[in-house]
Amino acid sequence: MSTPLTDIAVDPGAGPESESVAIAARTPLELFWRRLRQDRVAFAGLVFVVLLILMAIFAPLLVKLFGIPGPNTQNAQALDDFGTPTGPSSVHLMGVDQLGRDVFSRVIYGSRVSLEAALLSTFFAVTLGTIVGMVAGFYRGWIDTVLSRTLDVMLGFPSLLLGIGLASACSFGNGCLGGLIKPGLTVVIVVIALAAFPYIARIVRGQVLSLREKEFIEASRSLGASDLRTIFREILPNLVAPIIVYSTLIIPQNILFEASLSFLGVGVQPPTSSWGQMIGDASGNFGEVWWYMLFPGVALVLTVLAFNLIGDGLQDALDPKGDR
Amino acid sequence: MTADRQTPLIEVRDLVKHFPIRSGFLDRGKGGVVHAVDGVSFDVMQGETLGLVGESGCGKSTTARLITRLLDPTSGSIRFDGRDIAQLSRKELKPLRRDMQMIFQDPYSSLNPRKTVGSIISEPFLIHGMEKDDAKRRKLVEELMDQVGLNPEHYNRRPHEFSGGQRQRIGVARAIALKPKVVVADEPVSALDVSIQAQILNLLRELQRDLGLTIIFIAHDLSVVRHMCDRIAVMYLGKIVELADADALYGHPRHPYTGALLSSVPVPDPVLARERKQTVLGGDVPSPANPPKACRFHTRCPKAVDGTCDVDEPQLEVKEGGNIAACHFPLADAEVAAAVPTSEV
Repeated sequence: MSTPLTDIAVDPGAGPESESVAIAARTPLELFWRRLRQDRVAFAGLVFVVLLILMAIFAPLLVKLFGIPGPNTQNAQALDDFGTPTGPSSVHLMGVDQLGRDVFSRVIYGSRVSLEAALLSTFFAVTLGTIVGMVAGFYRGWIDTVLSRTLDVMLGFPSLLLGIGLASACSFGNGCLGGLIKPGLTVVIVVIALAAFPYIARIVRGQVLSLREKEFIEASRSLGASDLRTIFREILPNLVAPIIVYSTLIIPQNILFEASLSFLGVGVQPPTSSWGQMIGDASGNFGEVWWYMLFPGVALVLTVLAFNLIGDGLQDALDPKGDR
Repeated sequence: MTADRQTPLIEVRDLVKHFPIRSGFLDRGKGGVVHAVDGVSFDVMQGETLGLVGESGCGKSTTARLITRLLDPTSGSIRFDGRDIAQLSRKELKPLRRDMQMIFQDPYSSLNPRKTVGSIISEPFLIHGMEKDDAKRRKLVEELMDQVGLNPEHYNRRPHEFSGGQRQRIGVARAIALKPKVVVADEPVSALDVSIQAQILNLLRELQRDLGLTIIFIAHDLSVVRHMCDRIAVMYLGKIVELADADALYGHPRHPYTGALLSSVPVPDPVLARERKQTVLGGDVPSPANPPKACRFHTRCPKAVDGTCDVDEPQLEVKEGGNIAACHFPLADAEVAAAVPTSEV
């Protein structure tokens, strides 16, 4: 309760009688932004993630700027006479891998895969989870029973195994489902989305169960609104905050999931670089070639940490009871 | 209030709503039913305000939700403007919703916290596809806000920026947006400060006069009801026990339950209060899952006679003074004068 009054900007000298612009209340968005700004740790995470996204978008430009070779350029001269890669030097800031490819360049390009897989799969998981959760919570009854038990089954399913299975089953020819799921990034995204959406669906369902008993839902029905309208215009706006918080918390999980799949070799296909795949490649000889594992590892840890910090910060900032 | 109060706008006959009691997974279907509303009949005349009073759990809110068809009746009929709406489907009901609106009890829960006032009051127009032009609709909404005593400049504010009374005004504006014939107000002031209650009540009366509204007014506060209503129905355990003009009901209640309710109204004069013989009801309201046989009030009634009241169910009949009451032994004027502070006999 340090500075509760900063939430409302009061125009001095304007009493209740001049009601027109007496009190300029902050919109929820402004409030939220102020709170997030004050949370330095979360803000640092946000800055890191913004930089990371810029890095992923401008990867080719960045590589050119640093004057380093592209991610797939093999430089035989960077390997010593026995074919062992050389470590960090002025030419290759983070050293090279077994094929003489620049690790720095590959880490930069690897951020593209990590972010793409994590953000897209989170988007699909949130969309699917929100719809399933809203339908189950709003209609209750047998619809809820069927959906909830299906979610339970999906939660009990080992998703890593599903990923490995799907990847190997779909890695021939045109892939599965008539070419819809092809090996590589698509499989990764589908698997992660399938693994993550039941959690979101459960959270959304719980929220909807309590929201649907509110009188404004009854009011909407008494006005003659259709179910669809009630769900999307009355219930969904109230779900935005929990969905945003939960999404930022599952993004790091999904980044790690993508790394695990790529580590196991069922993720993105070579020569595309991905942090998990680089760590996997390096696991054979990291005793000598430590840099090949260290740098993608550090990138992974920092990214996951940054997203987690943002998630925690958002949770505090969006909590109406918090007074930060 | 010039509309003729002779033609019934709503005719409710033998309305019944039973809620099944949900039991566990294994013994499903064995649970009984809650007799929330059990054979209620009354008319609502054009332009009048009908009060519906009773303790919590007596079925008054359920009755309101049956009339507005937010709940499906178990049996019985509801004729609205000559048409039975009790069994209509949701689709068939939609056009009727324009004529029948509801004001809710809790202004903190009945307004979506994520929407602006403007969009809350615009919602009825959007749902019914009226006034598609944004600018015109906004003008209509601002006029409505003005009409219910809100500052139209607050169009873009959210409910949490308003006080309870102002929020209830938003709820009223939403209810009258489509110019309905009937407004069902479910305890519209019981969540408000006493000082604010009068403002909202006066607003409702004003709107009733200006728009020729018919109002079904539900409350448990008897002084509020007297201020508002032309006729009053008293409910007990899912049934109407007495129905009379407001003055007749307060002046000479005939049902012992009405008498006990009125007797509990506090008297401001301590001398009078000391002289008064207050009727205090013993016990609790029996469970509506298993209501008493015959007269439902006989377990708590000071006048109950064994062998009559617990065997023979009294029907609603015209009693002395024009009150309609369901009782074998209605209160006599002397009893009323002794116990009821509002008595005029």
